[in-house]
Amino acid sequence: MSFVRFAWSWLTSAQQWHGPDSIPVRVAQHLGYAGLSLLVAAAIAVPLGILIGHTGRGRFFVLNLANVWRAIPTLGLLILMVVLLGFSALTWLIPLVVLAIPPILVNAFEGVAGVDPELKDAALGMGMTRWQMLRKVEVPLATPLIVLGLRTAAIFVVATATIAAEIALGGLGRYILDGLAANDYAEVAGGATVIVVLALAVQVIFVVLRRLIVPAGLRAQSRSSR
Amino acid sequence: MFANRSPLRRGAVIGLAVTASLALAACGSSSSNSNPLSSGKAKGSVVIGSANFPENELLAEIYSLALTAKGVKVTDKFNIGSREIYYPEVKKGAVSIIPEYNGTLLTVEVDSSSTAATTAQVNAALNSGLPSTLEILNSSSAQDSDSVTVTQAFAKKYHLTSIAQLKPLASKMVFGGPPEFPTRSDGLKGLKKNYGLVFKGFDPLDESGPITLAALQDGKVQAADVFTTTPQIISDHLVSLADPKFNFAAQNVTPLVYKPAMTSTIINTLNAISAKLTTPELLAIDTQVIVDHQNYQTVATNWLKSAGLPY
Repeated sequence: MSFVRFAWSWLTSAQQWHGPDSIPVRVAQHLGYAGLSLLVAAAIAVPLGILIGHTGRGRFFVLNLANVWRAIPTLGLLILMVVLLGFSALTWLIPLVVLAIPPILVNAFEGVAGVDPELKDAALGMGMTRWQMLRKVEVPLATPLIVLGLRTAAIFVVATATIAAEIALGGLGRYILDGLAANDYAEVAGGATVIVVLALAVQVIFVVLRRLIVPAGLRAQSRSSR
Repeated sequence: MFANRSPLRRGAVIGLAVTASLALAACGSSSSNSNPLSSGKAKGSVVIGSANFPENELLAEIYSLALTAKGVKVTDKFNIGSREIYYPEVKKGAVSIIPEYNGTLLTVEVDSSSTAATTAQVNAALNSGLPSTLEILNSSSAQDSDSVTVTQAFAKKYHLTSIAQLKPLASKMVFGGPPEFPTRSDGLKGLKKNYGLVFKGFDPLDESGPITLAALQDGKVQAADVFTTTPQIISDHLVSLADPKFNFAAQNVTPLVYKPAMTSTIINTLNAISAKLTTPELLAIDTQVIVDHQNYQTVATNWLKSAGLPY
């Protein structure tokens, strides 16, 4: 209960809503860090996952690497980057991209690799080239899992972009670190609440996104399978 | 659909298993020194805490080894957090001994308007101001004070030796320090009151750690709060500016203890450590831990051995 009271008193005080340290500014910074990391990770992991799923090459290696990769501690990597690179954009970008890659990669791979071989045979039998088959059959069938991977990664980076505050870059982690350092639990609780709300909002966005880009036939199928 | 999620699930299960085994391992090591079922507050049984930076943890390790050697039952509770977090724990006796720095203890927890500057003044103010359950034991001569530190290049360019000389420059400088620095009375407030410094901006970094040092090297901040026993002051070519107005009070390493848990053995052992510890020695053992990455326990044992103390 006291968590809720702390968070509420902090969230409703006027000073959180105006000026350079206000919640809207911090949310914008936070979404900037999370959004850019997700884009970069998707640009790397979606094509790579599709390629491995399509060819089947490097499957064992990449999937095991992706699982081991998850064990890399994001905060540790951030401090390492500060020591190696100083304060460049890559300093915060690399740890968050590293965090976001495994779920996107594994899901894109599983999506393409899980396409029914009979459907692929049919596509080739109809005279499609392998490229046409990838574009018109395999990738559309893989979209539900690709979107799921992106969603998981998005939740990861939204929750973890708090580490930007460790290197004085603002974002919502600022409230948690400043609050803890000054023993101001209202600030910690309020900041954590904003992050949770943001993560939930990202979930909703992906549900909408799924409706928009997953082919209608697949949506009907996955609903009936539940 | 669900079958396809198995790689994610498997990752989560492994993660959980690792976390659980680490937690169990942690329980095992902390309970090895004392029976968790017996009362932790019995006489001659103490909990030693430390703040969240290497030197403080090392000092706590030294206290812990020496007291254990003297037959005191010790539970280690290191790396608790900032003073704002651990001080209430000492006050209520959940932590019975913690290595403190007398000056900041005074201005942060006891009397924020205190003007005490020398070791004797600070300790006198602490003795009269601390709550009745707490006391400080003898101070060591070793000092680890906060300081305003700049790069050697910056100091050379503006011929800087003292904080007072920053006055014409401050409006163009960004200052870096731990997140609580703006609200601490010897932080930005004190620098403004004592030296009239108003900086262009403040970057919240860490407690004189890798992030602060990288920010100074990188020019992200032009001056930062760096502890005077930070080994990188030498290796990174930094200059700690003199503090003629005692913005940062004396910072002698001094054990803060919970009175009801003390015995004469504990007090005598800790006082013997304080009698031997000097600033150069503190910088040397800090360097062994921070730069040479030696094990805390090894460094603590070696120091106790060289000082002729029980270990």
